[in-house]
This record gives sequence, structure tokens and C-alpha cells, in this order.
Amino acid sequence: MISFSYDKIRRLQDRLIPAGLFACALLSVLTTLFIVGILAVEAVSFFREVSIWEFVTGTTWTPLFDPQHWGILPLVAGTLMVGVGAALFAIPLGLGSAIYLSEYANKRTRVIVKPILEILAGVPTIVYGYFSLVFITPVLQAIIPSTQVFNALSASIAVGIMITPMISSLSEEALLAVPNSMREGAYALGATKLEATHKVVIPYALSGIIASIVLAVSRALGETMIVTVAAGATPSLSLNYLESIQTMTAYIVQVSMGDTPMGSVEYQSIFAVGITLFLFTLVMNFAAIAITKRFKIGE
Amino acid sequence: MLAHSREHKIYQWRKLKDTLFKGLFFTAIVISLAALAALLGGILMKGLPYLTLDFLSSYPSRFAAKAGIKSALAGTFAFIMITGPTAFVVGVLTAVYLEEYAKKNWLTNLLQLNIANLAGVPSIVYGMLGMVIFVRGLGLGRSVLAGALTMTLLILPVIVVATQEAIKAVPVALRHASYALGATTTQTVFRVVLPVAMPGILTGTILAVSRALGETAPLITIGALTYVAFLPTGPMSEFTVLPIQIFNWVSRPQAAFQDIAAAGIIVLLSIMLLLNGAAIYLRNKYRKPVE
Repeated sequence: MISFSYDKIRRLQDRLIPAGLFACALLSVLTTLFIVGILAVEAVSFFREVSIWEFVTGTTWTPLFDPQHWGILPLVAGTLMVGVGAALFAIPLGLGSAIYLSEYANKRTRVIVKPILEILAGVPTIVYGYFSLVFITPVLQAIIPSTQVFNALSASIAVGIMITPMISSLSEEALLAVPNSMREGAYALGATKLEATHKVVIPYALSGIIASIVLAVSRALGETMIVTVAAGATPSLSLNYLESIQTMTAYIVQVSMGDTPMGSVEYQSIFAVGITLFLFTLVMNFAAIAITKRFKIGE
Repeated sequence: MLAHSREHKIYQWRKLKDTLFKGLFFTAIVISLAALAALLGGILMKGLPYLTLDFLSSYPSRFAAKAGIKSALAGTFAFIMITGPTAFVVGVLTAVYLEEYAKKNWLTNLLQLNIANLAGVPSIVYGMLGMVIFVRGLGLGRSVLAGALTMTLLILPVIVVATQEAIKAVPVALRHASYALGATTTQTVFRVVLPVAMPGILTGTILAVSRALGETAPLITIGALTYVAFLPTGPMSEFTVLPIQIFNWVSRPQAAFQDIAAAGIIVLLSIMLLLNGAAIYLRNKYRKPVE
């Protein structure tokens, strides 16, 4: 009798516990729904005051003084400048490191160097912001005297250093996943190491490499503290890397730090900017996931 | 003979190119490592002279020479004490559901895709979420609790993925043995699988918490204060954390504040280094407990 009820409890457990666990898993779905919902609701209020057309096509962004202009293009330009600048810096460094570690380095070097490189990914972004403002900018000013104190180049370099280990780690994994028989086939045909890497290994791992770059650039677009500290607060379409700019993220910080009353257009504007940023990163993240899926089938 | 020497030249050129590119790839690593060295070296040089006991035990001040990080350290500690355990519990349970209970159907795929995407959402967007839900919606104000819950959502995907990896690495034989003894799924998961996977789970959690420790943007968005001259008294207390204090000092034009910002960074990096060291220690100590 007792063993029967014990059995019952066990069966009940096996039903209740999955339900509880499912509730936990739902929390992450709720997070996404709330993110999209909150951004959308406040952005809709914003678009009651400001026309979407002006927001999407306007070329001046002057929300904090009269006359207010709500064209997001300068913020998008600032964000993309940092994204592109960081990528130009990080792709050669990250890919070069990945290729050396996976194709040339012996196991000992790999085991030592890889974790050290990954430290770069763990350094807090505010530290990069400090490094950018206090160390990189003065060097840039020494080389090009017309460089402003806050400038896009310095921030781009710092963001580039930050995302380099993302590219190198993920690309190296993609390169290591290439079967050795592919390399041996190339050598058997008389290829040098470089030729085997260039013509056989990299094409085979290409989707993994591209996914790593897309993910890293997505991270660069959403980066906040480095650009807030080092890139300035001047929304501008000048595309001049030596001048002060403002990114979408830096604008959100600027408004968050001020005393904008809830419900005002300025307050709502950060959600309109936020949803724009969210869409940019969403598209890139899905692209990376889609590319990786194809890559896995190819294996 | 002529053709032969031409072929030989091409061969030499190919060999040369091979060596040149090997050098280029190696240079990429050297530059990356040099950047790390410059970053750490520069900060140590600037900050070390200001890293005194007074600096650790003073409240922030208008005067750089008197300013310290007492309230920021206490705030960081208080906020990790909430974020760490909450994110650990929810993250592990989510991963257990996905790995052990979820059926392989579209809903599970959606959950998995959702988690992958959440990991890529910019941290400042989490800050906006936290401001609307926790600070205003639930009326928690700019409290330690509001900040900690925001950060929990931010690091949750990292912990879920790390836990899933750790669970996947548990040998199937152990499960079979457990089932053979008549255990239910639940008993098998909680008494066999999770204990074996725990080192991996803890490593992932520590790394995620260490990331939370360095995050600044979400806490600025939810309105963490930059000037706090008191210690947090409970979860509803207003607070500041080390990265916010550092940000505050970095944004001031005076060089003196930037120097103490460097000292603050050294403290922040040391705490993170300790946490990462603990994670590596755990990983090595418990590596391959069962073969």
C-alpha cells in the first residue's frame, strides 16, 4: 500500500516538474515578446508625433534643441561607420589569427595563445572606452593633428579590438572542422600550405567564417560604452572618421542620463531608435544562424 | 632547360609566398596580443599609483584625490549576490527542460532559436526593457533588485547554452544505468545528469556573472546613480556599481579623474580575473570525472 502511494508521488513528480521547467523556458520567450512589445508600443506613440517618413529619411537629428528634427539617418550613419570601421580592423586580425592558429601553429602554441586572445573578448566595454579615449585618441592626434578629441576612428579601433577574438575563435572552429583529408588531397596535388588553405580549406569553412564576421559586426553595432565615451555626441552625416559622431546606442544613453520626463517625445524617441537598432541586429543574428545551419548540413 | 628554370622560378615564388603569408598571419596574432598588452600595461601604469586602501574604503567625492569606490564595490557585490543565484536557477532549469524534457518539435526549435537570438540582442535594449518592466512597471524604482533582474535576463541565454553543452557531454551510459535501476526521468536528471554536468554548468555561470559584472549600459538605462555616498542596505536600496563609477570618472574632463578611473578599472579587472580563475580551476579540477 505504502509503495503504491510512493509510486503515485513519483509519477506526479514526473508530470509536475516538466511543467515547472517549461515555465522557466517560457521566460525567455516572454523576454523576447516584452522587448518587441515595449519597443513597439513606445515607438508607435513616438510616430504619432513624428512622421515615420521624416524619421526614416530625415538627414538632421536635433532632438534636444529647437527646432527639433527627427531624421535618424545621422545616427544610423554613425552606427554603421563604427560597424564598418571595426570590421575593417577586426577581419584581417581575426582571420589572420584564426588561420595561423588552425593551419600553422603547433598544438602548444594554440593552447597558450587562444585563451590569451579570448581575454580581449572578456574585457568590459567601459574599459575599452577608457583605453580608446585616453590611449588611442592621443596617438591618432599625434599622427593626424586634425583629429578631434571625440572621433569615430578611435572608437572603431577599440570596438575592432573587442570583436577580433569573436572572429578568430569562431573562424578557427570552422577551420578546424575541415576534414584533414581535404588538406591531404591538396598536398598530394602538390599544393603549398598557403595554396591548400586558400583554395581548399577556406572555401570549405567559408560559411562558418562569414557567420563569425556577421555575428561580430552585429555585436559592434550594438556596442554602447566605447562609442559613448570615445566617439562623441554629435549626430552627423559627414562620414568623417576624424570627427565627433553619435551612434544610436550613444543617443539612448544620452537621453537615459538626462531628466527627460516619461511620455515626452524625447523619452519615446529612444524606443524608436531602440527598435531600429534591434531590427539591425536581429537581421544580422538570423543571417548568422541561417548561414551556420547550412554549414552544419555541409559537414 | 629554359622551361625547367622557369618552372623552378615559379616553384620558388610559390614557396616565398607561402612563407610571406605565414608571416602575415603570425603578425595578426602579434598585433592582437600587443593590443592586449598595451591595454593592460597602460591601465596598470596610470592606475596603480592611485590604488590605495583609502581608494577602496572612501565614498566618491568632488575631489579626485579623496574619491574612492566603497559604495561602488558594495553595490557590485550586492547586485551579483542577486543576479548570480537567480540567473543560475532559471538558466539551469530552462536548459534541463530543453535537453531532457522537450520534444523535438517546432515549439522546441522556436525556443532554441529564440535563445540564440536573445544572446545577440544589444545589452542596452535589455536596459530599456528593465526600465519599463522592473523600474516603472513593477515599481521597483532604481533599486539593486531592478538592476539585478535586468542583468539576470541579459546573462540568461549564456547560462542556458553553457548548461545545455554540459548536459550533452554527460555519457549516455550513466543515464541507462539510472533507468536500469528503475529511476524516473526526473530522478535521473536531478540525481545523475546534473551532478555530473555541474562543473561545466558552474564554469558557464561564473563566466556569465563575470560578464554581468562588467556591463554598464543596461544599468545606465535603468537609471543607476553615478554619485552614491552610502552603502546599499537591502534589495530596494539605490545603488551604483564599479563600471558606472568608472564611466562617471572617465566622462569628466579632468585628468585626475581619469587616473582614478584607471585605478577603478584595475579593481574591476582583478575581480573578473579572480572569477575567471575560479572558472578555469573548476573546469580543470572536475574535467573528465566519469569516463
